[in-house]
Amino acid sequence: MDASTSLATHHDPQQQGAEHEHHELGWWRKYIFSTDHKMIGIQYGLCGLVFLLFGFCLMMLMRWQLAYPGQALPVIGRWLPYFFGPNTMPDGKMTPEFYNSLGAMHGTIMIFMGVVPVAFAAFGNFVVPLQIGAPDMTFPKVNAASFWAFAVGGVVMLISFFVPGGAAQSGWTSYVPLAAISNRGPGYNPFFNGQTLWLVGFIFLITSSLLGAINFITTIIQLRAKGLTWMRLPFFVWAQFVTAFLLLLAFPPLESAIIMQLMDRVAATSFFMPSGLIVNGTMMNISGGGSPLLWQHLFWFLGHPEVYVLILPAFGIVGEILANNSRKPLWGYKSLVFSVLVIGFLSFVVWAHHMWLTGMGTTVSAFFQTTTLLISIPSVIILSAFFISLWGGSIRFNVPMLFATAFLPMFGIGGLTGIPLAFNSADLYLHDTYYVIAHFHYIVAPGTLFGLFAGIYYWFPKATGRRMNEFWGKVHFWPSLICMNVIFLPMFLQGMAGMHRRWYDGGQGWTLSGEHIWGLSGFQWNTPISWAAWSMGLAQIPFIINFFWSIKHGEKVNDNPWEATTLEWTAPSPPPHGNFVTTPVAYRGPYEYSLPGRDRDFTMQNEPVEPTERTRRKTVEQPALV
Amino acid sequence: MEIPYTISTRPDTGLWNAKVGIWLFLASEIMLFGGLFSAYIFLRLDAHPGEWPHGLLNVPVGTMNTAILIMSSVTVVLAWAALKMRRYRAYWWYMLATILCGVIFLTVKLVYEWPQKFEHFGAYIKPEALEKYEPYLGNKHAADRGLPPRLEISGHLHNHAALNDPNIKEYEVALDPVNADPTNPAMDRPHFFYVPPTDKIAKIEKKDVERATMFLPTHSAYFASYFTITGLHGMHVLGGVLVFIYMWLPVSKRLYQRNPEHLANRVEVCGLFWHFVDLVWIFVFPLFYLL
Repeated sequence: MDASTSLATHHDPQQQGAEHEHHELGWWRKYIFSTDHKMIGIQYGLCGLVFLLFGFCLMMLMRWQLAYPGQALPVIGRWLPYFFGPNTMPDGKMTPEFYNSLGAMHGTIMIFMGVVPVAFAAFGNFVVPLQIGAPDMTFPKVNAASFWAFAVGGVVMLISFFVPGGAAQSGWTSYVPLAAISNRGPGYNPFFNGQTLWLVGFIFLITSSLLGAINFITTIIQLRAKGLTWMRLPFFVWAQFVTAFLLLLAFPPLESAIIMQLMDRVAATSFFMPSGLIVNGTMMNISGGGSPLLWQHLFWFLGHPEVYVLILPAFGIVGEILANNSRKPLWGYKSLVFSVLVIGFLSFVVWAHHMWLTGMGTTVSAFFQTTTLLISIPSVIILSAFFISLWGGSIRFNVPMLFATAFLPMFGIGGLTGIPLAFNSADLYLHDTYYVIAHFHYIVAPGTLFGLFAGIYYWFPKATGRRMNEFWGKVHFWPSLICMNVIFLPMFLQGMAGMHRRWYDGGQGWTLSGEHIWGLSGFQWNTPISWAAWSMGLAQIPFIINFFWSIKHGEKVNDNPWEATTLEWTAPSPPPHGNFVTTPVAYRGPYEYSLPGRDRDFTMQNEPVEPTERTRRKTVEQPALV
Repeated sequence: MEIPYTISTRPDTGLWNAKVGIWLFLASEIMLFGGLFSAYIFLRLDAHPGEWPHGLLNVPVGTMNTAILIMSSVTVVLAWAALKMRRYRAYWWYMLATILCGVIFLTVKLVYEWPQKFEHFGAYIKPEALEKYEPYLGNKHAADRGLPPRLEISGHLHNHAALNDPNIKEYEVALDPVNADPTNPAMDRPHFFYVPPTDKIAKIEKKDVERATMFLPTHSAYFASYFTITGLHGMHVLGGVLVFIYMWLPVSKRLYQRNPEHLANRVEVCGLFWHFVDLVWIFVFPLFYLL
């Protein structure tokens, strides 16, 4: 809360806006230590995209080891040791420890420093206040604190690559006691070691998410424009609202678990250390009495809501873009809203389906199996409503729409292949195989990431006043789509053949089984997958160039280039400090496309309802509009 | 445009922004401490008979601290009420009382309770050697009384060097009353008042000891959760005290003169936080001191 807000009385908003223009902020306050939601959103977005690229690079390195185990990586392999340290890739050959670091950090970076900051923090910050007609977030300083906590957390995670022993190596789940004893003992700094820094970095990332979530929920509850009732909110706002609740309530239990693991490592406690733990042939000097299962429960209590944190914002983005480019109202708006709410609730009671192998007992398994299958219902409702929204529309296939439509079947594959994993008996076989990798990557890679790309292309004109290049957007889209499928489809087959997800040698031994899928053994499939992964890396280059080039040189567009209906398109592009020229008022629902009897095929939310419209509505069959 | 509803309420929700924010924050705090308390339950249910210690904490001091914290919750409400009645002088005194309560609580915790534990020593005896130390453990008596077995000999360590020096073969311990006189029925239950270690010295051979440490977080699952939860709670108390000091300093007087309602709102929001911190202690106290 700014002390100056105490002066807030009933000023004329326009006059207020004019006052603000008088004192221009300095460069540092405007671009670095900004409290403006748009700038913070852009900061989050850029940082998140950089982390996404970095996390992807880690995976491209791993793909070399999987396809050509034990062989020296040409060119790059020679200079990587200078960067990451001599023990990572001696003579260009990857060590097992480095491979483990790459795997753990790929997961951590992609989820917590890539997708969450972009999907939730960047789009949420930039778009939500504009869509609800608010001048800013409720707590701008808290918002800035959230970003800086994220930045510190990111830096700590990156530093962990350069300490002796390298970054965390126990998987992104950091299962104990493996994680609690790794990077520990002689040769390691008790504090500056990979796993401990991973934990410390996480505390900052969690703090950032909590501050952000509080801000988002408060903003949506308190700062909706006049007339913008709950059922007039754009679907994207609903998705962000539920996401914020997931972060708010699911992250703290993980934070408590992180604190406990930190205590286990730094203060030699035994929260997660069982009695009689023997490491390297000697009994550990610990009290014991801890529970490894406790970590798994607390981790997955976050871990499962987290996957909905990853997917719900993408749902929201895709919903906006589908309605806009099919020139039709989103079909089943109410069902969509209630489905998102139900997902939000159910996501808190499904976590133990990640733990079928721990032997929790049939009663517990039956409960979580039931809830897991229940949660597929609202997901299917959402996807079906999206598909039906396309029916009978006059669809414009611009770049955002391409990504949004590709999202639908990709998410469909990811979702449907999750159902066998929901069944205890099937999962006992598939657990920890490449099948699982393929399943959740179909949801977050061609699913969420395509949603995010769609959103970037869609809202880029609002942030810059310029549109990204359509042609290069398509050059980005088609290779990405093909590569995604070449990467992840064969993984289902590898997984069903029984290949384990954490093998350092790529499952070379699997060739001995003599089992072939379309002429290639499970191990040999690694080669085309890896080449597809590297090709997908190349396919991102047009996007990167297009993104930065269009900021200055893109085609100039008006305030509403997509002819959309929601409130953010009534603001100037880019919106000034305080966002709107006049305080917006909403008179209608978010997706009033193709209203009959109108000159234009879109009616914006701030256009008053004409007297004749009411009578016409009664006679013309219209989908439910609130 | 200014951000609306920072001080006045939004008509349809009836709330100003920070009040929504603080309740959401408290919801997340409940989940944070909920995670730690569920860990406590998990570990305690998993503990074998005799592993979970009882009566190691000083109950009267804990009770006093509980009372102090509850008192501070009252004074912070009175401070807020004084602001609402625009009586700054009264506000100032009530706020000072709240701050002092928080400081006393922390001082007791950090200067008395924790260090006393750090200076205490305990040695878990190997199962095969339990018989040898029967005079200190009184397990036959415990079994007759239906009490859980006693596995640890505790007290004041005389030769601290023994902890790290492998050449010293035994620990010299001035025994706690329960080990000094294990068959005394008065020792069957934990004492309400703190009883210092006796003059009776026991020599415990290292080869008979499974694990011997001071009462640090590493000592047992019990002390691990005790120090972690009270530590995190203490950090919350410290945070509250610092914010209250800010609101008590002259800088807030100026805010009061500009807009008293704004300061009252701030005090209300922080008061809610303070009540939450108080409430966490209401759970901590019985879980660690009494049960």
